[in-house]
Amino acid sequence: MNKEHSKAKKYGMVIDLDKCTGCGACMVACMAENNVPFKKDETNKLDSITWMRVYKLTNGKSFPNTEICYLPRPCMHCEGQHGHSPCVSVCPATATDYSQETGIVSQIYTRCFGCRYCMAACPYHARYFNWWDPVWPEGMEKSLNPKVSVRMRGIVEKCSFCFHRYQSAMEKAYYEERKELEEGEYQTACTQACPADAITFGDLNNPDHAVCQLKKSKNAFRLLERLGTNPKVYYVSTREWVRRSGDNYLRGYEKEGKVKKHRELAGH
Amino acid sequence: MSTSDQTKAVSDVGGESESGFVILFFIFGFVASLVVGWVVFPELLYCEKKQPVDFNHVLHMEEVDEGCESCHFFREDGTYSGVPTLAQCIDCHEEPQGEDPEEIKFVEEYVAKGREVPWLIYSKQPDCVFFSHVAHVKNAGMDCVTCHGPIGESTSLKPYEENWITGYSRDIWGKNISGLKKHTWDRMKMDDCAECHVKNNVKQTSVQTGKGACFVCHK
Repeated sequence: MNKEHSKAKKYGMVIDLDKCTGCGACMVACMAENNVPFKKDETNKLDSITWMRVYKLTNGKSFPNTEICYLPRPCMHCEGQHGHSPCVSVCPATATDYSQETGIVSQIYTRCFGCRYCMAACPYHARYFNWWDPVWPEGMEKSLNPKVSVRMRGIVEKCSFCFHRYQSAMEKAYYEERKELEEGEYQTACTQACPADAITFGDLNNPDHAVCQLKKSKNAFRLLERLGTNPKVYYVSTREWVRRSGDNYLRGYEKEGKVKKHRELAGH
Repeated sequence: MSTSDQTKAVSDVGGESESGFVILFFIFGFVASLVVGWVVFPELLYCEKKQPVDFNHVLHMEEVDEGCESCHFFREDGTYSGVPTLAQCIDCHEEPQGEDPEEIKFVEEYVAKGREVPWLIYSKQPDCVFFSHVAHVKNAGMDCVTCHGPIGESTSLKPYEENWITGYSRDIWGKNISGLKKHTWDRMKMDDCAECHVKNNVKQTSVQTGKGACFVCHK
Protein backbone atom coordinates (compact mmCIF):
# COMPACT_ATOMS: atom_id res chain seq x y z
CA MET A 1 0.00 0.00 0.00
CA ASN A 2 1.11 3.51 -0.74
CA LYS A 3 2.34 5.22 2.40
CA GLU A 4 3.40 8.41 0.74
CA HIS A 5 1.80 11.53 2.14
CA SER A 6 1.17 14.75 0.33
CA LYS A 7 2.95 17.82 1.57
CA ALA A 8 1.23 19.37 4.56
CA LYS A 9 -1.21 22.06 3.57
CA LYS A 10 -2.57 24.96 5.48
CA TYR A 11 -5.82 26.07 3.95
CA GLY A 12 -6.77 29.59 4.76
CA MET A 13 -8.60 32.66 3.62
CA VAL A 14 -7.84 36.26 2.90
CA ILE A 15 -10.84 38.58 3.02
CA ASP A 16 -10.52 42.05 1.56
CA LEU A 17 -12.72 44.22 3.73
CA ASP A 18 -12.45 47.14 1.34
CA LYS A 19 -14.20 45.06 -1.29
CA CYS A 20 -16.89 43.56 0.94
CA THR A 21 -20.23 45.28 0.41
CA GLY A 22 -22.00 43.38 3.18
CA CYS A 23 -24.45 41.82 0.72
CA GLY A 24 -24.58 38.55 2.62
CA ALA A 25 -24.25 36.27 -0.42
CA CYS A 26 -21.55 34.33 1.41
CA MET A 27 -23.93 33.67 4.29
CA VAL A 28 -26.66 32.44 1.99
CA ALA A 29 -24.28 30.25 -0.03
CA CYS A 30 -22.92 28.76 3.17
CA MET A 31 -26.36 27.97 4.58
CA ALA A 32 -27.36 26.21 1.37
CA GLU A 33 -24.08 24.37 0.91
CA ASN A 34 -23.81 23.05 4.45
CA ASN A 35 -27.45 22.28 5.26
CA VAL A 36 -27.43 24.84 8.04
CA PRO A 37 -30.79 24.74 9.84
CA PHE A 38 -32.93 27.82 10.27
CA LYS A 39 -36.17 28.66 11.99
CA LYS A 40 -39.21 30.61 11.00
CA ASP A 41 -38.27 33.34 13.43
CA GLU A 42 -34.58 34.15 13.39
CA THR A 43 -34.80 37.44 15.26
CA ASN A 44 -33.04 36.06 18.32
CA LYS A 45 -29.45 35.90 17.11
CA LEU A 46 -28.37 34.08 20.25
CA ASP A 47 -29.90 30.87 19.00
CA SER A 48 -29.63 31.20 15.25
CA ILE A 49 -26.90 29.32 13.41
CA THR A 50 -24.67 31.08 10.90
CA TRP A 51 -21.40 29.37 10.01
CA MET A 52 -20.51 32.44 8.03
CA ARG A 53 -21.67 35.70 9.54
CA VAL A 54 -21.24 39.24 8.30
CA TYR A 55 -20.70 41.77 11.07
CA LYS A 56 -21.05 45.50 10.71
CA LEU A 57 -18.34 47.68 12.18
CA THR A 58 -18.39 51.45 12.46
CA ASN A 59 -15.67 53.86 13.41
CA GLY A 60 -18.02 55.37 15.96
CA LYS A 61 -17.69 58.88 14.59
CA SER A 62 -20.63 61.12 13.85
CA PHE A 63 -21.65 62.39 10.42
CA PRO A 64 -19.91 63.29 8.13
CA ASN A 65 -17.00 61.20 9.38
CA THR A 66 -18.96 57.97 9.89
CA GLU A 67 -17.49 54.96 8.18
CA ILE A 68 -18.88 51.47 7.93
CA CYS A 69 -17.05 48.22 7.34
CA TYR A 70 -18.60 44.81 6.85
CA LEU A 71 -16.66 41.89 8.22
CA PRO A 72 -17.50 38.33 7.14
CA ARG A 73 -16.56 35.86 9.85
CA PRO A 74 -16.17 32.15 9.07
CA CYS A 75 -14.39 29.77 11.46
CA MET A 76 -10.81 31.01 11.77
CA HIS A 77 -9.41 27.45 11.82
CA CYS A 78 -6.86 28.54 14.40
CA GLU A 79 -3.61 26.68 14.46
CA GLY A 80 -2.57 27.97 17.88
CA GLN A 81 0.72 26.40 18.78
CA HIS A 82 1.18 23.15 16.86
CA GLY A 83 -2.52 22.76 16.21
CA HIS A 84 -3.69 23.38 19.75
CA SER A 85 -6.44 25.79 18.86
CA PRO A 86 -8.65 27.01 21.72
CA CYS A 87 -11.59 24.74 20.91
CA VAL A 88 -9.53 21.64 20.19
CA SER A 89 -7.69 21.95 23.49
CA VAL A 90 -10.85 22.00 25.60
CA CYS A 91 -12.99 19.37 23.85
CA PRO A 92 -13.42 16.45 26.26
CA ALA A 93 -14.94 14.22 23.57
CA THR A 94 -12.27 14.51 20.86
CA ALA A 95 -15.13 15.73 18.71
CA THR A 96 -13.14 18.60 17.32
CA ASP A 97 -9.64 18.22 16.03
CA TYR A 98 -6.93 20.01 14.10
CA SER A 99 -5.66 18.27 11.00
CA GLN A 100 -1.93 18.61 10.39
CA GLU A 101 -2.57 17.61 6.82
CA THR A 102 -4.95 20.37 5.74
CA GLY A 103 -4.91 22.75 8.69
CA ILE A 104 -8.66 22.42 9.02
CA VAL A 105 -10.37 22.29 12.40
CA SER A 106 -12.90 19.52 12.15
CA GLN A 107 -16.16 19.02 13.99
CA ILE A 108 -17.48 15.46 14.24
CA TYR A 109 -21.18 15.68 14.90
CA THR A 110 -21.66 12.07 15.94
CA ARG A 111 -18.88 12.44 18.49
CA CYS A 112 -20.01 15.73 20.04
CA PHE A 113 -22.22 15.51 23.11
CA GLY A 114 -22.97 19.19 23.40
CA CYS A 115 -21.04 20.33 26.48
CA ARG A 116 -20.26 23.61 24.66
CA TYR A 117 -16.79 24.06 26.17
CA CYS A 118 -15.56 24.82 22.67
CA MET A 119 -18.11 27.60 22.32
CA ALA A 120 -16.84 29.17 25.49
CA ALA A 121 -13.25 28.77 24.36
CA CYS A 122 -13.72 30.21 20.87
CA PRO A 123 -12.98 33.95 20.94
CA TYR A 124 -14.65 34.44 17.54
CA HIS A 125 -18.18 33.14 18.23
CA ALA A 126 -17.68 30.82 15.30
CA ARG A 127 -19.37 27.88 16.99
CA TYR A 128 -23.09 27.32 17.30
CA PHE A 129 -25.26 25.02 19.33
CA ASN A 130 -28.26 23.21 17.95
CA TRP A 131 -31.02 23.93 20.43
CA TRP A 132 -33.54 22.10 18.26
CA ASP A 133 -33.63 19.40 15.64
CA PRO A 134 -33.66 21.00 12.22
CA VAL A 135 -37.07 21.45 10.64
CA TRP A 136 -36.99 22.06 6.91
CA PRO A 137 -39.82 23.69 5.03
CA GLU A 138 -41.85 21.06 3.21
CA GLY A 139 -40.01 19.63 0.24
CA MET A 140 -36.71 21.21 1.16
CA GLU A 141 -35.20 17.95 2.50
CA LYS A 142 -34.93 16.92 -1.13
CA SER A 143 -32.64 19.81 -1.94
CA LEU A 144 -30.26 19.27 0.97
CA ASN A 145 -26.61 18.69 0.12
CA PRO A 146 -25.98 14.93 0.36
CA LYS A 147 -22.28 15.48 1.02
CA VAL A 148 -22.90 17.19 4.35
CA SER A 149 -24.69 15.35 7.13
CA VAL A 150 -27.55 17.09 8.88
CA ARG A 151 -26.95 17.83 12.55
CA MET A 152 -29.26 16.87 15.34
CA ARG A 153 -30.40 18.65 18.48
CA GLY A 154 -27.83 18.99 21.26
CA ILE A 155 -24.57 19.30 19.37
CA VAL A 156 -22.21 22.02 18.23
CA GLU A 157 -21.45 22.88 14.63
CA LYS A 158 -19.27 25.35 12.78
CA CYS A 159 -17.69 26.20 9.44
CA SER A 160 -15.58 23.41 7.99
CA PHE A 161 -14.03 25.35 5.10
CA CYS A 162 -16.40 23.20 2.99
CA PHE A 163 -14.26 20.15 3.74
CA HIS A 164 -16.55 17.93 1.65
CA ARG A 165 -15.43 19.96 -1.37
CA TYR A 166 -11.84 19.08 -0.52
CA GLN A 167 -12.78 15.42 -0.39
CA SER A 168 -14.61 15.61 -3.71
CA ALA A 169 -11.65 17.38 -5.28
CA MET A 170 -9.30 14.72 -3.93
CA GLU A 171 -11.51 12.00 -5.43
CA LYS A 172 -11.14 13.58 -8.84
CA ALA A 173 -7.39 13.95 -8.30
CA TYR A 174 -7.05 10.28 -7.35
CA TYR A 175 -9.04 9.31 -10.41
CA GLU A 176 -6.57 11.24 -12.54
CA GLU A 177 -3.72 9.70 -10.54
CA ARG A 178 -2.67 12.92 -8.91
CA LYS A 179 -2.09 13.59 -5.24
CA GLU A 180 -2.06 17.36 -5.35
CA LEU A 181 -4.90 19.77 -6.00
CA GLU A 182 -4.91 22.80 -8.22
CA GLU A 183 -5.86 26.04 -6.53
CA GLY A 184 -9.20 26.27 -8.30
CA GLU A 185 -10.24 22.69 -7.59
CA TYR A 186 -10.96 23.30 -3.95
CA GLN A 187 -12.78 26.52 -3.16
CA THR A 188 -15.33 27.17 -0.45
CA ALA A 189 -18.94 28.05 -1.24
CA CYS A 190 -18.61 31.54 0.24
CA THR A 191 -15.54 32.29 -1.87
CA GLN A 192 -17.36 31.36 -5.05
CA ALA A 193 -20.53 33.21 -4.08
CA CYS A 194 -18.88 36.54 -3.28
CA PRO A 195 -19.84 38.92 -6.10
CA ALA A 196 -17.16 41.43 -5.08
CA ASP A 197 -14.34 38.86 -5.07
CA ALA A 198 -13.55 39.90 -1.52
CA ILE A 199 -12.80 36.35 -0.37
CA THR A 200 -9.75 34.47 -1.57
CA PHE A 201 -9.18 30.89 -0.51
CA GLY A 202 -6.20 28.60 -0.88
CA ASP A 203 -3.16 26.97 0.67
CA LEU A 204 -1.24 29.45 2.80
CA ASN A 205 1.86 27.28 2.50
CA ASN A 206 1.85 27.25 -1.28
CA PRO A 207 3.58 30.31 -2.82
CA ASP A 208 1.65 29.74 -6.06
CA HIS A 209 -1.68 30.31 -4.37
CA ALA A 210 -3.03 33.85 -4.25
CA VAL A 211 -3.63 33.78 -0.50
CA CYS A 212 0.05 33.24 0.15
CA GLN A 213 0.90 36.60 -1.43
CA LEU A 214 -2.17 38.47 -0.17
CA LYS A 215 -1.52 37.65 3.46
CA LYS A 216 1.90 39.32 3.21
CA SER A 217 0.29 42.69 2.50
CA LYS A 218 1.14 45.37 5.02
CA ASN A 219 -2.58 45.93 5.41
CA ALA A 220 -3.25 42.34 6.37
CA PHE A 221 -4.26 41.47 9.90
CA ARG A 222 -6.02 38.74 11.79
CA LEU A 223 -8.71 38.98 14.43
CA LEU A 224 -7.52 39.12 18.05
CA GLU A 225 -4.03 38.17 17.03
CA ARG A 226 -2.59 38.95 20.43
CA LEU A 227 -4.49 36.03 21.94
CA GLY A 228 -2.10 33.68 20.17
CA THR A 229 -4.83 31.70 18.46
CA ASN A 230 -2.89 31.88 15.20
CA PRO A 231 -5.97 32.02 12.95
CA LYS A 232 -5.83 31.09 9.26
CA VAL A 233 -8.28 33.75 8.14
CA TYR A 234 -6.59 37.00 7.22
CA TYR A 235 -8.31 40.31 6.62
CA VAL A 236 -7.04 43.14 4.47
CA SER A 237 -8.07 46.75 4.81
CA THR A 238 -6.43 50.00 3.85
CA ARG A 239 -8.34 51.75 6.62
CA GLU A 240 -6.42 52.00 9.83
CA TRP A 241 -9.44 52.03 12.17
CA VAL A 242 -10.56 48.73 10.68
CA ARG A 243 -7.18 47.14 11.23
CA ARG A 244 -7.11 48.45 14.76
CA SER A 245 -10.58 47.17 15.60
CA GLY A 246 -9.50 43.76 14.39
CA ASP A 247 -7.43 43.45 17.49
CA ASN A 248 -10.27 44.78 19.63
CA TYR A 249 -7.83 46.69 21.73
CA LEU A 250 -8.51 46.97 25.41
CA ARG A 251 -7.60 49.99 27.43
CA GLY A 252 -3.85 50.02 27.73
CA TYR A 253 -3.35 48.03 24.55
CA GLU A 254 -4.14 50.80 22.11
CA LYS A 255 -0.54 51.50 21.33
CA GLU A 256 0.87 49.44 18.52
CA GLY A 257 3.98 48.82 20.64
CA LYS A 258 2.09 46.96 23.32
CA VAL A 259 0.23 44.83 20.82
CA LYS A 260 3.50 44.06 19.11
CA LYS A 261 5.06 43.04 22.37
CA HIS A 262 2.14 40.76 23.01
CA ARG A 263 2.49 39.20 19.61
CA GLU A 264 6.14 38.51 20.27
CA LEU A 265 5.23 36.85 23.55
CA ALA A 266 2.66 34.73 21.75
CA GLY A 267 5.37 33.67 19.36
CA HIS A 268 4.27 35.36 16.15
CA MET B 1 -27.19 -33.44 71.96
CA SER B 2 -29.13 -30.52 73.26
CA THR B 3 -32.36 -29.38 71.72
CA SER B 4 -30.83 -26.25 70.35
CA ASP B 5 -28.10 -28.27 68.53
CA GLN B 6 -30.76 -30.50 66.99
CA THR B 7 -32.68 -27.58 65.66
CA LYS B 8 -29.48 -26.20 64.19
CA ALA B 9 -28.68 -29.46 62.40
CA VAL B 10 -32.18 -29.64 60.97
CA SER B 11 -32.04 -26.09 59.73
CA ASP B 12 -28.62 -26.80 58.14
CA VAL B 13 -30.05 -29.63 56.08
CA GLY B 14 -32.94 -27.45 54.98
CA GLY B 15 -30.51 -24.59 54.08
CA GLU B 16 -28.41 -26.86 51.87
CA SER B 17 -31.30 -28.00 49.72
CA GLU B 18 -32.58 -24.47 49.55
CA SER B 19 -29.23 -23.05 48.43
CA GLY B 20 -28.92 -25.91 45.93
CA PHE B 21 -32.23 -24.87 44.49
CA VAL B 22 -31.11 -21.25 44.35
CA ILE B 23 -27.89 -22.24 42.52
CA LEU B 24 -29.84 -24.38 40.09
CA PHE B 25 -32.28 -21.56 39.54
CA PHE B 26 -29.36 -19.19 38.96
CA ILE B 27 -27.67 -21.55 36.49
CA PHE B 28 -30.94 -22.06 34.65
CA GLY B 29 -31.57 -18.33 34.53
CA PHE B 30 -27.99 -17.71 33.41
CA VAL B 31 -28.22 -20.19 30.56
CA ALA B 32 -31.63 -18.89 29.59
CA SER B 33 -30.41 -15.30 29.41
CA LEU B 34 -27.34 -16.37 27.43
CA VAL B 35 -29.59 -18.12 24.94
CA VAL B 36 -31.88 -15.10 24.75
CA GLY B 37 -28.95 -12.70 24.36
CA TRP B 38 -26.88 -14.65 21.88
CA VAL B 39 -29.46 -16.56 19.85
CA VAL B 40 -32.99 -15.24 20.25
CA PHE B 41 -32.28 -11.52 20.34
CA PRO B 42 -30.01 -11.46 17.25
CA GLU B 43 -32.70 -13.41 15.40
CA LEU B 44 -35.33 -10.90 16.43
CA LEU B 45 -33.08 -7.92 15.78
CA TYR B 46 -32.83 -8.47 12.06
CA CYS B 47 -35.64 -8.80 9.56
CA GLU B 48 -34.89 -10.53 6.31
CA LYS B 49 -35.75 -8.81 3.06
CA LYS B 50 -35.51 -10.28 -0.41
CA GLN B 51 -33.87 -8.32 -3.19
CA PRO B 52 -36.42 -7.16 -5.78
CA VAL B 53 -34.71 -9.27 -8.45
CA ASP B 54 -32.14 -12.02 -8.07
CA PHE B 55 -28.78 -11.53 -9.72
CA ASN B 56 -26.10 -14.00 -10.78
CA HIS B 57 -22.64 -12.45 -10.47
CA VAL B 58 -20.79 -15.48 -11.88
CA LEU B 59 -22.82 -15.46 -15.07
CA HIS B 60 -22.19 -11.78 -15.64
CA MET B 61 -18.49 -11.95 -14.77
CA GLU B 62 -18.08 -14.39 -17.67
CA GLU B 63 -19.63 -11.91 -20.06
CA VAL B 64 -17.69 -8.78 -19.14
CA ASP B 65 -14.06 -7.85 -19.80
CA GLU B 66 -13.00 -5.63 -16.93
CA GLY B 67 -14.20 -7.57 -13.90
CA CYS B 68 -16.05 -5.65 -11.20
CA GLU B 69 -15.28 -2.31 -12.80
CA SER B 70 -17.31 -3.19 -15.90
CA CYS B 71 -20.51 -2.39 -14.04
CA HIS B 72 -19.28 -0.83 -10.78
CA PHE B 73 -17.20 1.90 -12.33
CA PHE B 74 -15.74 5.28 -11.50
CA ARG B 75 -17.09 8.42 -13.06
CA GLU B 76 -14.75 11.01 -14.50
CA ASP B 77 -15.10 13.28 -11.48
CA GLY B 78 -13.81 10.47 -9.27
CA THR B 79 -17.17 9.54 -7.79
CA TYR B 80 -18.21 5.93 -7.71
CA SER B 81 -21.25 4.60 -9.52
CA GLY B 82 -22.01 1.89 -6.96
CA VAL B 83 -24.88 -0.37 -7.93
CA PRO B 84 -25.54 -0.14 -11.68
CA THR B 85 -28.61 1.64 -12.97
CA LEU B 86 -30.84 0.43 -15.79
CA ALA B 87 -28.67 2.32 -18.25
CA GLN B 88 -25.94 -0.30 -17.87
CA CYS B 89 -28.29 -3.29 -18.06
CA ILE B 90 -30.43 -2.14 -20.93
CA ASP B 91 -27.86 -2.83 -23.67
CA CYS B 92 -28.26 -6.57 -23.24
CA HIS B 93 -31.56 -6.87 -21.43
CA GLU B 94 -33.95 -4.94 -23.61
CA GLU B 95 -35.47 -8.34 -24.34
CA PRO B 96 -35.16 -11.40 -22.09
CA GLN B 97 -31.99 -13.33 -22.98
CA GLY B 98 -33.15 -16.66 -21.61
CA GLU B 99 -35.83 -18.52 -19.73
CA ASP B 100 -34.91 -17.46 -16.21
CA PRO B 101 -38.06 -16.18 -14.44
CA GLU B 102 -35.97 -13.64 -12.51
CA GLU B 103 -34.69 -12.14 -15.74
CA ILE B 104 -38.16 -12.06 -17.25
CA LYS B 105 -39.39 -10.30 -14.12
CA PHE B 106 -36.53 -7.83 -14.40
CA VAL B 107 -37.29 -7.05 -18.04
CA GLU B 108 -41.06 -6.82 -17.62
CA GLU B 109 -41.18 -4.98 -14.30
CA TYR B 110 -38.25 -2.64 -14.65
CA VAL B 111 -36.76 -2.41 -18.13
CA ALA B 112 -40.06 -2.23 -20.00
CA LYS B 113 -41.49 0.28 -17.52
CA GLY B 114 -38.28 2.30 -17.28
CA ARG B 115 -38.20 1.95 -13.48
CA GLU B 116 -34.93 1.68 -11.59
CA VAL B 117 -34.58 -1.47 -9.50
CA PRO B 118 -34.77 -0.56 -5.79
CA TRP B 119 -31.74 -2.69 -4.85
CA LEU B 120 -31.09 -3.13 -1.17
CA ILE B 121 -27.47 -2.18 -0.57
CA TYR B 122 -25.69 -4.50 1.84
CA SER B 123 -22.81 -2.13 2.51
CA LYS B 124 -24.77 1.09 2.93
CA GLN B 125 -23.12 3.16 5.63
CA PRO B 126 -24.80 5.67 7.97
CA ASP B 127 -25.33 9.24 6.88
CA CYS B 128 -22.37 10.57 8.83
CA VAL B 129 -19.84 8.47 6.91
CA PHE B 130 -17.83 9.66 3.95
CA PHE B 131 -16.24 6.87 1.98
CA SER B 132 -14.15 7.39 -1.11
CA HIS B 133 -13.90 4.32 -3.32
CA VAL B 134 -11.36 5.96 -5.58
CA ALA B 135 -8.99 6.66 -2.68
CA HIS B 136 -9.02 2.98 -1.75
CA VAL B 137 -9.07 1.35 -5.16
CA LYS B 138 -7.02 3.70 -7.33
CA ASN B 139 -4.79 5.39 -4.78
CA ALA B 140 -4.19 2.56 -2.32
CA GLY B 141 -4.61 -0.23 -4.88
CA MET B 142 -6.97 -2.31 -2.79
CA ASP B 143 -9.10 -5.13 -4.15
CA CYS B 144 -12.89 -5.05 -4.00
CA VAL B 145 -12.77 -8.39 -2.17
CA THR B 146 -10.94 -6.94 0.84
CA CYS B 147 -14.09 -5.15 2.01
CA HIS B 148 -16.89 -6.72 0.00
CA GLY B 149 -15.83 -10.36 0.09
CA PRO B 150 -16.08 -12.78 -2.81
CA ILE B 151 -19.43 -11.40 -3.93
CA GLY B 152 -18.37 -11.77 -7.57
CA GLU B 153 -18.39 -15.53 -7.12
CA SER B 154 -22.02 -15.72 -5.99
CA THR B 155 -24.74 -17.14 -8.19
CA SER B 156 -27.61 -15.53 -6.33
CA LEU B 157 -28.13 -12.62 -3.96
CA LYS B 158 -28.37 -13.39 -0.27
CA PRO B 159 -31.30 -11.97 1.69
CA TYR B 160 -30.79 -8.44 2.99
CA GLU B 161 -30.93 -8.43 6.76
CA GLU B 162 -32.07 -5.13 8.20
CA ASN B 163 -31.64 -4.14 11.80
CA TRP B 164 -35.08 -3.25 13.17
CA ILE B 165 -33.68 -0.60 15.49
CA THR B 166 -31.06 1.17 13.40
CA GLY B 167 -32.27 0.32 9.92
CA TYR B 168 -28.73 -0.65 8.87
CA SER B 169 -27.72 -3.79 7.05
CA ARG B 170 -26.33 -6.74 9.00
CA ASP B 171 -23.18 -6.58 6.90
CA ILE B 172 -22.16 -3.49 8.84
CA TRP B 173 -22.21 -5.17 12.26
CA GLY B 174 -21.19 -8.52 10.84
CA LYS B 175 -22.78 -11.93 10.86
CA ASN B 176 -21.11 -12.91 14.11
CA ILE B 177 -23.00 -11.29 16.95
CA SER B 178 -19.96 -11.32 19.25
CA GLY B 179 -18.16 -9.20 16.71
CA LEU B 180 -15.40 -11.70 15.97
CA LYS B 181 -14.25 -11.87 12.40
CA LYS B 182 -12.24 -14.28 10.31
CA HIS B 183 -12.01 -12.29 7.10
CA THR B 184 -11.42 -8.61 6.42
CA TRP B 185 -14.87 -8.44 4.79
CA ASP B 186 -16.81 -9.89 7.71
CA ARG B 187 -17.64 -6.50 9.17
CA MET B 188 -17.83 -2.88 8.03
CA LYS B 189 -17.78 -0.99 11.30
CA MET B 190 -15.68 2.03 12.10
CA ASP B 191 -13.20 -0.15 14.01
CA ASP B 192 -12.58 -2.19 10.89
CA CYS B 193 -11.79 0.91 8.85
CA ALA B 194 -9.60 2.24 11.66
CA GLU B 195 -7.76 -1.06 12.05
CA CYS B 196 -6.60 -0.95 8.45
CA HIS B 197 -5.84 2.76 8.61
CA VAL B 198 -3.62 2.27 11.65
CA LYS B 199 -1.87 -0.71 10.08
CA ASN B 200 -1.07 1.25 6.95
CA ASN B 201 -0.44 4.53 8.74
CA VAL B 202 -3.12 6.36 6.79
CA LYS B 203 -3.56 9.95 7.91
CA GLN B 204 -2.74 9.40 11.57
CA THR B 205 -2.64 13.16 11.88
CA SER B 206 -4.91 13.97 14.80
CA VAL B 207 -3.52 16.65 17.09
CA GLN B 208 -5.72 15.56 19.98
CA THR B 209 -5.03 11.84 19.96
CA GLY B 210 -1.97 11.39 17.79
CA LYS B 211 -3.93 8.70 15.99
CA GLY B 212 -6.35 8.71 13.09
CA ALA B 213 -8.15 11.92 12.36
CA CYS B 214 -11.96 11.64 12.42
CA PHE B 215 -12.42 14.08 9.54
CA VAL B 216 -11.06 11.54 7.08
CA CYS B 217 -14.18 9.37 7.03
CA HIS B 218 -16.76 11.40 8.93
CA LYS B 219 -18.75 14.18 7.38
